[in-house]
Amino acid sequence: MQRRPSFAALEAAAAKRILIIDGAMGTMIQRYKLDEDGYRGVRFKDWTRDIKGNNDVLVLTQPQIIGKIHEEYLEAGADILETNTFNAQRISLADYGMEELAYEINVAATKIARAAADKWTKKTPDKPRFVAGAVGPTNRTASISPDVNNPGYRNVSFDELRDAYKEQVRGLIDGGADIILIETIFDTLNAKAAGVATLEVFEEKDLELPIMISGTITDRSGRTLSGQTAEAFWYSMRHLRPFSIGLNCALGANLMRPYLGELSAIADARISAYPNAGLPNAMGEYDETPHDMACDMEPWAKDGIVNIVGGCCGSTPDHIQHIAEHVKAYKPRALPHIDPKMRLSGLEPFIHG
Amino acid sequence: MTTGNAAQAFINVGERTNVTGSAKFRKLIEANDYPAALAVARQQVESGAQIIDINMDEGLLDSEKAMETFLNLIASEPDIARVPVMIDSSKWTVIETGLKCVQGKAIVNSISLKEGEDVFLDHAKKVLRYGAAVVVMAFDEQGQADTADRKVEICERAYKLLTEKVGFPPEDIVFDPNIFAVATGIEEHNNYGRDFIEATRRIKEKMPLVHISGGVSNLSFAFRGNEPVRAAMHSVFLYHAIRAGMDMGIVNAGQLSPYDDIPAELRDLCEDVVLNRRADATDRLLEAAPRFKGDGTTGKPKEKDLSWREAPVQERLTHALVHGITDFIEEDTEEARQQADKPLHVIEGPLMAGMNVVGDLFGAGKMFLPQVVKSARVMKQAVAYLQPFLEEEKRKSGLDQKPAAGKVVMATVKGDVHDIGKNIVGVVLQCNNYEVIDLGVMVSSAKILETAKKEKADIIGLSGLITPSLDEMCFVAAEMEREGFDCPLLIGGATTSRVHTAVKISPNYEKGQAIYVLDASRAVGVVSKLLSETDRGGYVKEIREEYVKVRENHVRNEAAKRRISLATARSNKFAIDWASYTPPKPSFLGAKAFNDYPLAELVPYIDWTPFFQTWELTGRYPMILKDNKVGAEAQKLFNDAQDMLKRMVAEKWVRAAGVVGFWPANSVGDDITLFTDDTRKHELATLYTLRQQIARDPSRDRAHTALADFIAPKETGLADYVGGFAVTTGLGEEEAIARHIKVTDDYSRILVKALCDRLAEAFAERMHARVRRELWGYAAGETLSNDELILEKYRGIRPAPGYPAQPDHTEKATLWRLMDVQNAAGIELTESYAMWPGAAVSGFYFAHPESHYFGVGKVERDQVEDYAGRKGWTIAETERWLAPVLNYDPRTVREEAA
Repeated sequence: MQRRPSFAALEAAAAKRILIIDGAMGTMIQRYKLDEDGYRGVRFKDWTRDIKGNNDVLVLTQPQIIGKIHEEYLEAGADILETNTFNAQRISLADYGMEELAYEINVAATKIARAAADKWTKKTPDKPRFVAGAVGPTNRTASISPDVNNPGYRNVSFDELRDAYKEQVRGLIDGGADIILIETIFDTLNAKAAGVATLEVFEEKDLELPIMISGTITDRSGRTLSGQTAEAFWYSMRHLRPFSIGLNCALGANLMRPYLGELSAIADARISAYPNAGLPNAMGEYDETPHDMACDMEPWAKDGIVNIVGGCCGSTPDHIQHIAEHVKAYKPRALPHIDPKMRLSGLEPFIHG
Repeated sequence: MTTGNAAQAFINVGERTNVTGSAKFRKLIEANDYPAALAVARQQVESGAQIIDINMDEGLLDSEKAMETFLNLIASEPDIARVPVMIDSSKWTVIETGLKCVQGKAIVNSISLKEGEDVFLDHAKKVLRYGAAVVVMAFDEQGQADTADRKVEICERAYKLLTEKVGFPPEDIVFDPNIFAVATGIEEHNNYGRDFIEATRRIKEKMPLVHISGGVSNLSFAFRGNEPVRAAMHSVFLYHAIRAGMDMGIVNAGQLSPYDDIPAELRDLCEDVVLNRRADATDRLLEAAPRFKGDGTTGKPKEKDLSWREAPVQERLTHALVHGITDFIEEDTEEARQQADKPLHVIEGPLMAGMNVVGDLFGAGKMFLPQVVKSARVMKQAVAYLQPFLEEEKRKSGLDQKPAAGKVVMATVKGDVHDIGKNIVGVVLQCNNYEVIDLGVMVSSAKILETAKKEKADIIGLSGLITPSLDEMCFVAAEMEREGFDCPLLIGGATTSRVHTAVKISPNYEKGQAIYVLDASRAVGVVSKLLSETDRGGYVKEIREEYVKVRENHVRNEAAKRRISLATARSNKFAIDWASYTPPKPSFLGAKAFNDYPLAELVPYIDWTPFFQTWELTGRYPMILKDNKVGAEAQKLFNDAQDMLKRMVAEKWVRAAGVVGFWPANSVGDDITLFTDDTRKHELATLYTLRQQIARDPSRDRAHTALADFIAPKETGLADYVGGFAVTTGLGEEEAIARHIKVTDDYSRILVKALCDRLAEAFAERMHARVRRELWGYAAGETLSNDELILEKYRGIRPAPGYPAQPDHTEKATLWRLMDVQNAAGIELTESYAMWPGAAVSGFYFAHPESHYFGVGKVERDQVEDYAGRKGWTIAETERWLAPVLNYDPRTVREEAA
């Protein structure tokens, strides 16, 4: 299968240093305090449903805002930009009646990120910038019933997810993404559908991109929302032979550490970590300062358990800049050799032999 | 299983959830009795199956549908779902359906070369994409392999295709070289056991990373109905196959005889058959078999731990709720009902108590969501059981005309699509006989309120997970107020909080009451109180009062962060009536050293309470010695300390040295100017002080104090003085430890160090007493007990630089210069202004009766700039030394300025 030149460039960069992935998009968009009209722009002036809160559509209606945010993150030192496509597949977009825009949004979002990244790569050729096509979890779960009375029921099927993800991944690749990033995984079955979709699109296009995978441990139980431990989660995703595996969202840096340590010890892929800027306070705001967050994350670099770091909810370019400064002195984690053993999982890992 | 060490590497795959292997399971699936079918799966896991095999291949079943349904149900049962599944079918479509239902990494059982390479490769590729391991049957275009040679040949071919063409990891390949029935009476079958074992050995030699599995029950097919003989055959077969390298088997985990427990005669007979050791082996076993039928010596399934059944009914209900066990819930609920006055009390009492335990465990991260969902189901079943009794109760009391206990309209607010928590709340409420109208997700305020009006809702519940939902909830509350609602408004969801509800939502809705609900398990308690004629008034009042307190606290906490300007703070300085004050004059001016101070004189001044804190024993001395918990330990430590202290004093382990000084002084603004002599013409030094800037409640008239406020201002013309001191009892400490304490004796070493620290404090206390009584002499007649000294009941203070009243450590430098501390008392200052030896204390003396200890607290940038100017520092330098007390992030301020 073909590869884009950026594949090798990314591998080379990751071998040299800890890479920086950008921070929150939503947090930055909130700063613009867009109202319903702001979201609609001219194009969706007469849309029949409210679309305020549909951040993904902003790549069509407010592309300059999204581009500006990307640039701020690049300026802060991000190596990897995430496209503004967290909810840009038809399942989530259906909330706004925008299913049919899924492909278009992904292409447009990737082009915006691509332009910003290329501009900065030109500025700093020794530090190439990469675009990761962000593939989110959708608003449905394939392994949890929404109806407690009927635990066998599902409101989304694997095939529906796979088809929606395929459409998204096609858009991301056509828009010029360097990486496919399956992130904020709270139900591993959704992510597995995204994985199948990604591999199928690769085959379709005879083009292979690096895959980054990032799960979400929801709380101190150390489990994903769908109940898997970090280790079980890795065994469920390992067949994708990802460029990286890691964690993002839900937890602040201090609470994320133990699960990262767990992954770092068992995964023969690079480790990524982009926590929230702390936990939301009583007012629902993330108030961990850039300095504090970076100080919480620096030991990860120092202890050699990460290859890629950045921020999730509540993080800003300032956070990313601090994080980048705090980790730059450290070497990226070396990939461990993991004995070939059959490693299965249910909610918990099971290793044979 | 006790078949030797190799057995430890043997994976036991449970086979009871296999319709082809278990008639009982087949009947359950055919009858759509999935709860009972799940119980079978749970029993297997509890019996030790590490993987469970699921097979729905039955002609009359819709196998795809059954596979999907069963796997989806298992996903909601954490006790079962914790182990990986083996998706077992001879039909690829069933396997693919199964693969789409499991989030874990499963094993597919099986694929084969039966339909040729193309199909095999296609299936293998898909299995890899779905993320599963695979069992490959020794089956090719010619048929199933029976001899050892054929088995090995097919497996090698499959291995090459999988690893070279598909990229399948060898460790994820499991070969099933086919276990066929032996002792069937057909001669060609006699060697099947041996063929399998031999093939296993050769495959493992050639392809060491792969695994070998097989369906063991096939082997004993000829002995159907004679379970003890079958169990013995399985055990004997496994014993040998495992040694050859078989490391996985589809085995009924509960029905295996420990190899050594098989009667010797039966074991030999079985071994003859399995290993084809003699021509008449089959006949001999057939002949002997009836004698072993029903023999109790063979293995029994492992018993489920039912000890919890012996606990009182409340504990049993809680256990069932926490563990999601429905098996006994009806009988337990019935027992609770008989004990209760009314059926409803069972729900409100024992069942809710159990759910609260669930809530607490969930909150503590000891249960996770799928388990809580299960608990809710157990709850529902209990409530369903009570339903007829509840109806009967209603009928008796004439309430049956009245609809449900109450009507709750619930929604995830606009902009938010998260609804798992809300759904759980809905179910729990429904279980409790409330009518729930669930409007779903992304629901606008208008729709919620319109529905609530139309349905005459008793309560409205809002849920949300993302932060913008908080604002939307405030909006809904305001809209309720505007539209004249007065029903309670429940708030829940991950980002919501009691504080936010009290501070932001509740004030928007004064006609009714907004109430934060921590989690689903609390919802019923809250709703039932709100809808109870008797409880409602009191409960709402309680919440209102609680929220008022939360709001006040919040305002206070916010205020705690606010600072006033330095100018304002200065205008509110600590006012002393200087006109009526005559400053006392010290007995000498300048510095005076006290070398080799007698240690014995310091001992009575020791404050022992901090000594115990050093050892993490909390409590005030001497009460701590009588403390129930730590008293004994404290007494022992105290005795050791006394012994050690005696030696230290008697043998002069350490030397005490100190220096005290007094200087003519007057305050100038926030600084204290020191003069060379009483003419006050020549300035000797300046002591810089920091002023409190905390924004206080204006109704509480308290000053914004700085240490300079305790010295008479220059303009008063009063001849005031300030003192300084530095003392240590750590001289020779290291040497003494080296001389008297064994290197390995950490306890004694820490003891000595702790005692030195205490002696230094005692020295400071002793010198302060002498200063008050003689050296400065303003309290000559002072008679205070040691306790009163500790409580600082004396006149005047001795604040130390680096402590709350003067957080700037660098002020020590002035003291050192003024008193030549390094030479006079042997105490050095490190570059970070720490004292060495560590057992040292330094500070200033203030004599005014109104001088007191206080904390400067956090300071604002205006004071930092001012202080920098006074000390001749740069801002950055000042921010570095005052870092712990800055009320701002210096970096942010700089960026904003830039």
